[in-house]
Amino acid sequence: MSRPIADLDIKKITVTGGSIGLGAILVALVGMFEGLNGRLIISPGFTLGYLFLVAFPFVAGYVTVKEPVLEGIELPERGPRDIAAGALAGLVVGACLIGLIALLQTIDLSEMMPNWRAPLYQFLTINRGYSGGVLALLGISLIFGGLGGALHTLPQLGKRIVSMILQVVLYIAVLEPVVDDLLEGFGLDFVNDLLYEKRGGLKFGSTIALTILAAGTAIAIYRAREKSRSRTEPAPSVFGRLVQQMNGGPRLNSADRRLATTYSLVITVVATVILPFFLGKIVNELLVNVGLFILLALGLNVVVGLAGILDLGYVAFFAVGAYTMAILTSPLSPLFTPEMSFWAALPIVIAAAGIVGVLIGTPVIKMRGDYLAIVTLGFGEIIRILFLSDWLGPIFGGAQGIRKIPGVNIFGANLNGTDPRGIFFLVAAFMSIAIYASWSLERSRLGRAWMAIREDEQVAEAMGINTVTSKLFAFIVGAILASFAGAIFAIKVGSVFPNSFKLLVSIIILVVVIVGGIGNIPGVIVGAVVLIGVLGGPTQPGLLQELSQYKLLVYGALLIFMMLARPEGLVPSAVRNRELHGEEALQDDWLKGDKPTDDKKGAGTV
Amino acid sequence: MASTTVRRESVWRINNWVDAFLVLIRVGALSIIGIGLIAFAAQQMSGEGLTGPQLRDLLVAGVAQGAMYGLIALGYSMVYGVLGFINFAHGEVFMSGAMSGFIVSTVLFERGLWEKNFLLSVAIVLFIAITVSVLATILMERIAYRPLRNSPRLIPLITSIGVSFFMQNAVLGLFGPASKTYPQLPEALSMRRNILGVHIEGTKLLVFVVAAISMAGLWFFVERTKTGKAMRAVAEDKEIASLMGINVDRIIVTTFAIGGAMAGIAGVLWGLLFRGVNFFTGFLPGIKAFTAAVIGGVGNLGGSMAGGLVLGLAENIGPLFVLAPLGVPGVSQLKDAVAFSVLVLVLLFKPKGLFGERLSAEDRA
Repeated sequence: MSRPIADLDIKKITVTGGSIGLGAILVALVGMFEGLNGRLIISPGFTLGYLFLVAFPFVAGYVTVKEPVLEGIELPERGPRDIAAGALAGLVVGACLIGLIALLQTIDLSEMMPNWRAPLYQFLTINRGYSGGVLALLGISLIFGGLGGALHTLPQLGKRIVSMILQVVLYIAVLEPVVDDLLEGFGLDFVNDLLYEKRGGLKFGSTIALTILAAGTAIAIYRAREKSRSRTEPAPSVFGRLVQQMNGGPRLNSADRRLATTYSLVITVVATVILPFFLGKIVNELLVNVGLFILLALGLNVVVGLAGILDLGYVAFFAVGAYTMAILTSPLSPLFTPEMSFWAALPIVIAAAGIVGVLIGTPVIKMRGDYLAIVTLGFGEIIRILFLSDWLGPIFGGAQGIRKIPGVNIFGANLNGTDPRGIFFLVAAFMSIAIYASWSLERSRLGRAWMAIREDEQVAEAMGINTVTSKLFAFIVGAILASFAGAIFAIKVGSVFPNSFKLLVSIIILVVVIVGGIGNIPGVIVGAVVLIGVLGGPTQPGLLQELSQYKLLVYGALLIFMMLARPEGLVPSAVRNRELHGEEALQDDWLKGDKPTDDKKGAGTV
Repeated sequence: MASTTVRRESVWRINNWVDAFLVLIRVGALSIIGIGLIAFAAQQMSGEGLTGPQLRDLLVAGVAQGAMYGLIALGYSMVYGVLGFINFAHGEVFMSGAMSGFIVSTVLFERGLWEKNFLLSVAIVLFIAITVSVLATILMERIAYRPLRNSPRLIPLITSIGVSFFMQNAVLGLFGPASKTYPQLPEALSMRRNILGVHIEGTKLLVFVVAAISMAGLWFFVERTKTGKAMRAVAEDKEIASLMGINVDRIIVTTFAIGGAMAGIAGVLWGLLFRGVNFFTGFLPGIKAFTAAVIGGVGNLGGSMAGGLVLGLAENIGPLFVLAPLGVPGVSQLKDAVAFSVLVLVLLFKPKGLFGERLSAEDRA
């Protein structure tokens, strides 16, 4: 029995639709729609801007109809009522945008707001004039809101198919530069011509072909899963057993797990070595940026994720690494020109970063967590201002910075910024050191001490952990990893300027760590790949170059959203997850009747 | 204090080393200030230093800037007193007040009211700026902070960094990166006048008057009204306050709103005094106002105002008194570094402030 159509939660519809509508107005006035409108994704006229536009009513419809899944309470059966609710929510979003259109037409605020202009009006009315545009927008928001609601009414298989189609089409359309580059690298140019138009965007025909392909794949995967679920005996190969585990089958035994890890390691290493040769300059450059931020994020992860110290001045260590490398290797360093090679300078860079880590770490170690955050922020800014000042200009070059940093000589090759492929191998080498170091530190006595401090400093101290030295070591490890990134950054850019080391960088690294999964190495890597790869770093462009003007806004919104909705990150660490959701899990268990009802609370808080 | 002595004994040697480092920093900072002051005094004696009127101008400018820091600091202080977290986005509330004040004052200037009846137009500008910044804080509290009320202390801090980042870049996107200039004050008001033997520009006088009135209003509200009493009760102990029939959620929103109003007033004053505002205007004053709140003692309202004045004076006088006599070139470039150093030193050595902090029972523990 589905609920009658009239059984609508009007308040929820207006509140959800209204707030998403206001968000859409903000996005419109910031200029994001027009900015993204230049990028065609599906050939006859469907641009990234319009994708964003239809996403608002769609999400409004989806969120309005979504109901919290509670253990022990059965969800109401879905039906036409849900589609109606979604459509109404979409309509509210549309109404907000129509209000904006009306305002755009009646008053002129272009003096105050640079985006209050004709292009926005044309975009929102889809070039159809006032009444035509309003009608079109109403229709679009109604349909996409309804579709968002309708998503809930689909059976399991239907949801799978829809999500697979959306993912395949959108990924291939939005990631056009990479797909293009990859196919060209493997000599498959003809696939490119099949998929994309010459001026960019998927061809209409290929979109339909991809849709059918995606639907077929989704059905095939679903069938195969059902089949493997019904089979009880373990599969003959490790991969088969791995798939079974993912489908809720028995867990792998330790020998299998080791084998699987070895295989995946070998595959990753081979891919890292081979892939760059097939990629063009732009994508390799992107990989270098991602790699640098993985290094930085791994370092910050040790400080914030493992030891629980919120360091907002982390960019200082990055700056120290870059400047030390620049001074030691560049012939143009103002005061002191030893002109060392990269490898000779590296130990000094590490030592300098370690010393600065101790100098910044020691005074702040006993402070309250929130004051510590602000003080480290202060240190970060002081270091940047000093690099910038005329006072220390004779040493650090002031605003002009230090230029002409030579490349790295290795195996007879010279790696420098003009060759992103070579730099990528350098980054990859340091990255693997960093991954290994943080992986083994996490499992060491020191790592356990850090986690104990993060949970409860006083208890950790009572357990005999030397909290002062442990925290100081976290600072030093973080500083050294950041200095690696700084040194490579100096080599890659060929020059260092104080303005590359703003507070912004610290915050972006923090967002990467938090979005990826605080305290979890794979999570941090995923965070860097997704954020830096797609949105781009503080000054480096990402894949969505059209978004680069607004990426800081997106970073801010993401940080708020993640803290509210998923503080454990995309790929959560097991320990962290227990901390944040321990109580919920216990409650769920209690509802299922697994646990006796004692007063045991979840894990403590930081 | 017993617990700290026990702790000191347990890891005596390392602790001593860290303490030695801290003493070293303290001695270093004090000696730089001392030597700078001596050098300054020597310069003054030799007649090469600043003249009397120059000094007076610096002092007046310091007090005016300090009054604005004080007004912003109140917001940090009240929120920390009640909820125990640093609202990093409070500087952006100040910025939103300054930006909306710019929009309204430009409109009034174009309509001619600005020149005709300046005081009325300032009242209108203040009213709208307060409305906008109060709205900003209420939204902020409702969307970002209320769901995190019971999470670990650092989580709302990280969220507020996100809020700050978001607001900065939203304003950048909405209004563009260029600096916006407030309309000029009428000549009759902005000219210098002689008050008790000190020449003060009219604009600064306006800043003093508005800041004093706001502070008096705040004092009356907190100390003499029922809501104010409820606010103090919530700051003391949320649970017991709610048992006494106080609507804690409502009081927390009120606290945020009042802090926002003060920041909005400060924003307009900032615009009138320095004229140029943009999306980044909130960052440095925000950090400095937080320093002021710590100097005055977090949760201590009179202390925040005093802390603001101390910081404003130190910032205006400090570089010229201490660094310039030491022969450091380009002192004005180092102004922000000085401000950050004050922040670092205050948080390191006087985290409880000059006038004592007032935190809620749970945060004191």
